[in-house]
Parts: sequence; C-alpha cells; structure tokens
Amino acid sequence: MIIVNKSKQNPSDIQPSEITSKTVFDHRRQFIKLAASAGLIAGAGLAFKSKAATIANGETTGDGRLIGRANAPAQPTQALKKGEIYNPRQKIKGVKKTAYGKDLELDKYKDITTYNNYYEFGTNKSDPVVQARTFQPYPWTVSIEGEVKKAKTISIDDLMKLTTLEERIYRMRCVEAWSMVIPWVGLPLASLIKWAEPTGNAKYVEFVTANDRESMPGVNSPILDWPYTEGLRMDEAMNPLAILAVGVYGELLPNQNGAPVRLVVPWKYGFKGGKSIVKIRFVEKMPQSTWMKAGPTEYGFYANVNPKVAHPRWSQATERPIGGGLFAGRIKTKMFNGYESEVGQLYAGMDLKKNF
Amino acid sequence: MMDKKHIRIVKVIVWLLASIPLVRLFWLGFHNDLGANPIEFVEHSTGTWALVFLLLSLSMTPIRLLTGQVWQIQIRRQLGLWMFFYACLHIITYVWLDFSFLFDEMINDVFEHPRILVGFAAFVLTIPLAVTSNSYMMKKLKTKWKTLHKLVYLVAILAVLHFLLLVKKDLTEPIYYAVALAILFGIRLYYQAKKKL
Repeated sequence: MIIVNKSKQNPSDIQPSEITSKTVFDHRRQFIKLAASAGLIAGAGLAFKSKAATIANGETTGDGRLIGRANAPAQPTQALKKGEIYNPRQKIKGVKKTAYGKDLELDKYKDITTYNNYYEFGTNKSDPVVQARTFQPYPWTVSIEGEVKKAKTISIDDLMKLTTLEERIYRMRCVEAWSMVIPWVGLPLASLIKWAEPTGNAKYVEFVTANDRESMPGVNSPILDWPYTEGLRMDEAMNPLAILAVGVYGELLPNQNGAPVRLVVPWKYGFKGGKSIVKIRFVEKMPQSTWMKAGPTEYGFYANVNPKVAHPRWSQATERPIGGGLFAGRIKTKMFNGYESEVGQLYAGMDLKKNF
Repeated sequence: MMDKKHIRIVKVIVWLLASIPLVRLFWLGFHNDLGANPIEFVEHSTGTWALVFLLLSLSMTPIRLLTGQVWQIQIRRQLGLWMFFYACLHIITYVWLDFSFLFDEMINDVFEHPRILVGFAAFVLTIPLAVTSNSYMMKKLKTKWKTLHKLVYLVAILAVLHFLLLVKKDLTEPIYYAVALAILFGIRLYYQAKKKL
C-alpha cells in the first residue's frame, strides 16, 4: 500500500499570490530588493559606467549575457550592480492560469528552490541555492542560430513578451527516481520556434546553456562536457506541453532553477530541461546532448519517462514524491510521466527500449 | 600504555561521539529540517557513517604498525559495532522508509542493479562479524575467529564500490573513501612485506 500525503504542507487550492505573501523564506543571504527603485537604476548605471563606456547597446559576452545596455530595461528583469545578489522573489505580471495540473498538489517553494540538480553550481542538490547567488541572469539574450531564415537574438524582456505567459503545473520526474509538482510560468516553446522561423532543414532543436567560468564554479571541473546542451526532435519541441519557463510560483525563476529561461518538457526526465539557455540552434541531424556524451549507455537522446525501461543502475518503476516526509513511500511511475495522451503519438511505432 | 581505567574513559568518550550522528538525525527530523528529500538524507547519512566507522575500525592496526601504540586496539570492537549499527539503520531506512516493505520491488532492485547487490552483499557479510564479536565467540572460535574476521576487508571493498556505483557523475566523494581505504590497505601490505624480507 502506497500512501501519499502532502496535504499538510500543500493545500491544493493555494494561489501564487497567497504564497508570496505568506511564505517566510529563509533569507540567509542578503537579498537586495530589485523592485522598482529609481535609486537602484541609477546605481546600476554607475556600476556599468566603467565597463559600459565603450560597450555598444546590447553587446554580449562569450556566454551570451549582455554586459551593458544603454537603455534601462523594463522591470522586473533589471540589471544588477556588481556584487549584488539577485532576488527572484518578484511577481510576474499578466500570467494566465491554465488547466494544466490544476488538481495536483504543489511542492513547497522551499523544496523546489533548495533541492536542485544544476552541476554548474555544484553536484550536491543543496549546492546550487548557495553557489548560484552571484550569478546575474539579467539582462540576458538568447541567440537563434542554424537552420533559420536569419540568425538573430532575442532579449529576455522580448522573449517574455512574445506571447501571453501561462502558469503550467507540471510533474517533474528526475532520472534519479524522485519527483516534484512545480507551478511553472512560461511560454509554449512553439511560440518561440515560430518567431525563430526555422527552415525546412530544421529537424532538431539544440539548446545550449550558460557556461560562465566566473560565476559558475562547477564548469571549472571537467565533470561534464561544458557547456551543457540538450536537444529535442522538432515535433517534440512543437508539442504544446513543451515550454520555456521564466518563472515558478508566479515569480521570476531563482538562479538555481535556471534563471532567466529554461526548458521544461514534463514527459521526459528532468535533465532534458536545460537551464539558463543562451543559444537555440536548429539542426538537421540529431544533436549529441551532454548526458549522452557522459554516459551513452545510461542516458539516451529521448529520455522519455518510462517505468518499463530501467536505468542500468537503478529501477525507474517507482518514484519518491518530494514533500511527503519520512513515511510517504513511493508511487508508481507513469508512462511518459502521465502525459501519454498528449505525447504518445510522437513515438508511435518506435522501440522505446532502444530509443531510451 | 594506558591502564584499565583510562581505557574505560576512552570507551565512554568514543560511545558518546559515535552516537552524535544518530542524535543529529533525530534532532533534524524533530525540527523538520531533513531537507526536501528526507529519506534520501537519512539513507545517505547512515550509509556514510557506517562507512566511516568501518574505516575507523580498520585504522587501529595501521596506527599500531606506524606508532607502536596498542591501546587503541581495545576500541576496535566498539568501532566495528558502531559500523554494524549504522549499517542496520541504513538497511532499515532502505526497506522501510525508501521501499515501504515492498519486497518484490526490492528483490528486483537487488538483483537488477549492481549497486544494490554490492551493498546488500556487504551488509550480509557483516552479520557473522557482529555475531562473533563477543569474547565468548572469540574464545570458542580460537584461530578460526581471525580468519573469519578477515571478511572485513571484503566488506570494506564492497562498501566503497557500493558508494562509487551510486553517484551519477561526480565521483569526488566516494573516491575520498576509496583512497582512504587504499592507504589503510597499503600500510598493512607494506609492513607485511617488510616482515617477510
């Protein structure tokens, strides 16, 4: 008998707005409020002065981050002063509620933001929340390359305005056999792809993520082949379930969750969701993802959640829901993480044991 | 050389120190502070401490070889039993908290995945060591006791392997333990080779 009881911590009808006001998040770090503060904008301007004097509008560093910008960006994705710590706890305005996952019980904000796999910020799950503190996600640009009409870039502000942002409550199933329920805020990946105008040769989409030696301590050790990349087949990427997330719980993404923009594909194992994306490349051949290179027998391109195909070193038949406490037990893992009716047709006729 | 009274004090101190990890788990559990995945936390914590006590118990002989001190041999049994204690908690966590006594799931897990099989084998091999750790069994088994307790070397290798097989990519932490074990084995082998010469 498996009993899942998360209700004590997570009333299912909770609104993001309530959570924001009620949650007393443990501010171990010195957060600096970015909320509309004229003084700060002036300060940011001063801080950039030395660097920005010679930097043209929108010039980027090697990893795709803007290092200076003439016009102050619109709230809330404000540039930080050097040494300032980014406070993600700002509401995103105009988020449309959707029916996705409305009956699921959410995991706590604290669990979602302190238990992270983000190896660029350390390999322990408690590392990223601490190590990502100085990472500066705004301003930010994503470059669009490869098989497209014309290579171009898009700023995070413009990306967030491409279409109405939606709240999507999705299950997240990690390849390590634990799972969470997360209220993402994002836009359909399809919206960006339409804007990107890929050519007929574009059969796959590759996501390249940030690789900044200065603010990401993990990339200085060769645990993985940096930068972290992931990929989707074009029809997978166009599926309405696939989103680019910019927020969680109605607020901007915290750094440790992949600020400012990350991929979320809920029918696949969590590692498919590349974080802090700097480049989206349309390609003709199936790209090799970072985990495929790291362990070709353990991690495949598709990485669809599948209880019948075990990881060579552990079973995928069951999973442990986070947030249930010590005595919650496991639940059975569902095919495609419970999204079979939405995505099953993408893999019709495919041998999923071979294409794991 | 320490006298009996001092040894007794040392044993009490070791006992108090060795119970700290357990007290800490209860403390954190009581304050709801075991993190997002408390089961994994308890599983890793008890497993790590079992390994630490295993390595500590294996350090007593190398200390004698290196320093000539012998008093620490008298706390070896206690350290070994602490290892067994934390290993038991580790197994209980796995069987109860992690798998909720779903035995068919566990049997699959043990036989399909080398990591679990290796860990399970290590635990099973510690049982005869724990059972024969008292003076009565020592006297009864005589020279066989020493032979039997050489099993601990195999247990140590399996335990470190179990840890190495757990991690997804970053081997740093288990490698620390592997290196520590290699050093302990190295000291033994060096003195053995020297004796033969």
